[in-house]
Amino acid sequence: MTSESDRKRPLLVLESISKAYPGVVALSNVSMSVMAGEVLALIGENGAGKSTLMKILGGIVQPSSGHIIVDDIRCDQFHVTESQSAGIAFVHQELNVFDNLDVAANMFLGREIRSGFLGLLDDKTMRAAAEPLLRRVGATFKPDTLVADLSLAERQLLEIAKALSIKARVIIMDEPTSSLTLSETKTLMNVIADLKAEGIAVIYISHRLSEIEECADRVFALRDGKAAGELSKFEINHDAMIRMMIGRDLNSLYAPPAKPAGGAILSLTAVRTGAKPSALVEFDIHYGEILGVAGLVGAGRTELAEAIFGIGTILEGEIMLAGKPFKAASPRDAIEAGVYLVPEDRKRTGLLLESAICENICLADLSAVSRNGFVSQNLVKARAEDQRAKLGIRTTDVMRTTAELSGGNQQKVVLGKWLSMRPILIIFDEPTRGIDVASKVEIYRLMRALADAGVGVMMISSDMEEVIGVSDRIVVLREGEIAGSLSRSEFSEHNVLKLAVGAD
Amino acid sequence: MHKKDLGLAVLIIIVGAVVYLRNPLFLSPINLGNTANLIGLFGLFAIGQGFVIMTGGIDLSVGSMIALLGVIFVDMVGKFGVPWPVAILVVIAIGTLLGLAHGFLITKLKMQPFVVTLCGLLIYRGVARGYTGEATAGFPFGANYPGLEWLTIGRSFGIPHSFYAMIFIGVVCWLLLHRSVFGRHLQAVGKNEDAARYSGIRTGFVITAAYVICAVLTAVAAVYFAMFTRSVQPSSHGNFYELYAIAAAVLGGFSLRGGEGSIIGVVLGVVLLQELQNLVNLLGIPSSLNFAVMGVVILFGVLADQQFNRYRAKRKAANALGLLTKKGSTRREAPAATDEIR
Repeated sequence: MTSESDRKRPLLVLESISKAYPGVVALSNVSMSVMAGEVLALIGENGAGKSTLMKILGGIVQPSSGHIIVDDIRCDQFHVTESQSAGIAFVHQELNVFDNLDVAANMFLGREIRSGFLGLLDDKTMRAAAEPLLRRVGATFKPDTLVADLSLAERQLLEIAKALSIKARVIIMDEPTSSLTLSETKTLMNVIADLKAEGIAVIYISHRLSEIEECADRVFALRDGKAAGELSKFEINHDAMIRMMIGRDLNSLYAPPAKPAGGAILSLTAVRTGAKPSALVEFDIHYGEILGVAGLVGAGRTELAEAIFGIGTILEGEIMLAGKPFKAASPRDAIEAGVYLVPEDRKRTGLLLESAICENICLADLSAVSRNGFVSQNLVKARAEDQRAKLGIRTTDVMRTTAELSGGNQQKVVLGKWLSMRPILIIFDEPTRGIDVASKVEIYRLMRALADAGVGVMMISSDMEEVIGVSDRIVVLREGEIAGSLSRSEFSEHNVLKLAVGAD
Repeated sequence: MHKKDLGLAVLIIIVGAVVYLRNPLFLSPINLGNTANLIGLFGLFAIGQGFVIMTGGIDLSVGSMIALLGVIFVDMVGKFGVPWPVAILVVIAIGTLLGLAHGFLITKLKMQPFVVTLCGLLIYRGVARGYTGEATAGFPFGANYPGLEWLTIGRSFGIPHSFYAMIFIGVVCWLLLHRSVFGRHLQAVGKNEDAARYSGIRTGFVITAAYVICAVLTAVAAVYFAMFTRSVQPSSHGNFYELYAIAAAVLGGFSLRGGEGSIIGVVLGVVLLQELQNLVNLLGIPSSLNFAVMGVVILFGVLADQQFNRYRAKRKAANALGLLTKKGSTRREAPAATDEIR
């Protein structure tokens, strides 16, 4: 990259940055530079120190040692104001927009334009100023649109436009595509290309390696708080990135089934759900297989899973579970029948985040850890310890709160809750969203082990790599109906998409 | 005017029409004047409560504060002969201090607004009762304060001055909440405090200011109430007023989670509550039922509003879907444009 660009001086240099918290070293001796007009991908597992590094760049956290150099000038202090005047802007993973305000108000929040002798808000001028910025990022909404009416992707464009409005030179995007559709992701990639062309640097943080292959000029990896290496444009590929992140080769992400699939463990015949009453659904899940469920966002995959689990309603049709008719009017019914759901939103519906790990694991089956109607703390702990050992939940103590765990370990707690009971069918809804590569692999292994042990496994996923890699068979939903089913030999991104959008 | 406010205004007119048909006295100048006075009195502090609710907080101390400041005001003017403009300023200053104390405890010591102001409710009421020894504070027999009386209980063009005061303060607060930088920051803080801080907003200042505004408007209301009742019975004066204010705000479209609501809404909420009070009196419903009537109306009002919103959201979603499928059918050959896989 250096050959084409002697015009490029580093915009920003981090020099031997370390950050120690009481008891933990989050970053040790990390040096990194950012050039104008490049996309620098920052990768690393959860807990590798990415977010600490970004907080230091944002001036929210001060490094214990090391320096930040902006335009060849060494900054002694780097607080929020220095960060802002250096032109560093964030597009957050959890979007920081205010849905009760309009687009222009969000864009100028904290830097409002005033007019008149009372110094009241000048919405007209702000909206006029917002207009060209929105156009630059390819947004189609108007500056006076209420943010509540924008989609997630549109909100993200708003954040990028806001970054432009403060004349940002370095835009940090933290998992920008985690809730975008494919076409929205394409739009974002175009916007990133435009930003690059204007000489703006983008620091791109993502777990989605194929996106990084597509857009990054350079990859910088962190592992356990230390720099784990860099890749230049031509060296970027999946294997190299994974090797840097986890420090070893990942032989194979996906394991094949132990034996061919058997008879049906769950079968749906002519089922209509309350969420999509016009759609007829029919499919089977076999013993020993992992059934992948793909489809567009809004195709009704989660709603279907919820209907089976007794949260949504089943209007008509027949469901057979292990040869017996099955109908759950509530999650309690489903759980009693051995049908469990690992929900999409782990933090909201999967866990009691503020409760102890052991309480989460025992929550759904308290009678098993009770004596004479009183919950026995010893049994609760014993059961949790058992799951910790089996699943490799990394914690010092099962009495600690679940919120302290990384995403991957939290997901294992959700799993531990179900595996400590008697699963017949487990539905995984987006099981690895926001989870780092090494934990993903562990979860894939667990799903495979469950399937091999004769538990029905249904996996809903929007991650194309995952659907194709993990599943033994894929059904694709479109507008609530089964658009088609693919066997392993027919697996391809193209075939899944074709069914999902209903095109020939 | 916001759609929500419009709906509330329509409800007020419908209820008014029904009451008028059953009892034409409803529109008599005397009844209208009295009701306007009450709307003014309650409106003053309900607007203040609106600012606090906008932050996602709550101020439960309003009623007790009206009693305490009322006692202090009446004593200053009636017993110690303090000139009334000075007394008003002192009462407002005390209100400011109390508001600052609430804000300090909530933003700096990170206490929950409910707890802080619940303690305020108990403390101010207790101090008012202890200070007076449970005795009613009143003005000396036959005392006259022409200027003060003109300002508080006087009328111009048949409309009580308390109503004018509420309108004036309402306009100022409308500019403050809906047209000033502070108001915008307040809305942002109420919606997402952390994100607001990261946007460079001084969230502690904004929240404290909301409690100060609430306490100051409550202090102003305390003077008006003291002059309206002429005497302050410390154990009952202002009882439950905080709940009137919260109810008015909720009726007016405020969300107790913060970030939502308008000044017009809370004023209309006050109007509706007073209209209901009036309805109970005029239609010969036993006045012991007046809380029950209010409770039922608020319950159904908020429920109806929620259902209506849900219906609107559904219709919007259906429209969007219709648009999408229409687009899809005309653009079958270009599926990439409508694909939605993440």
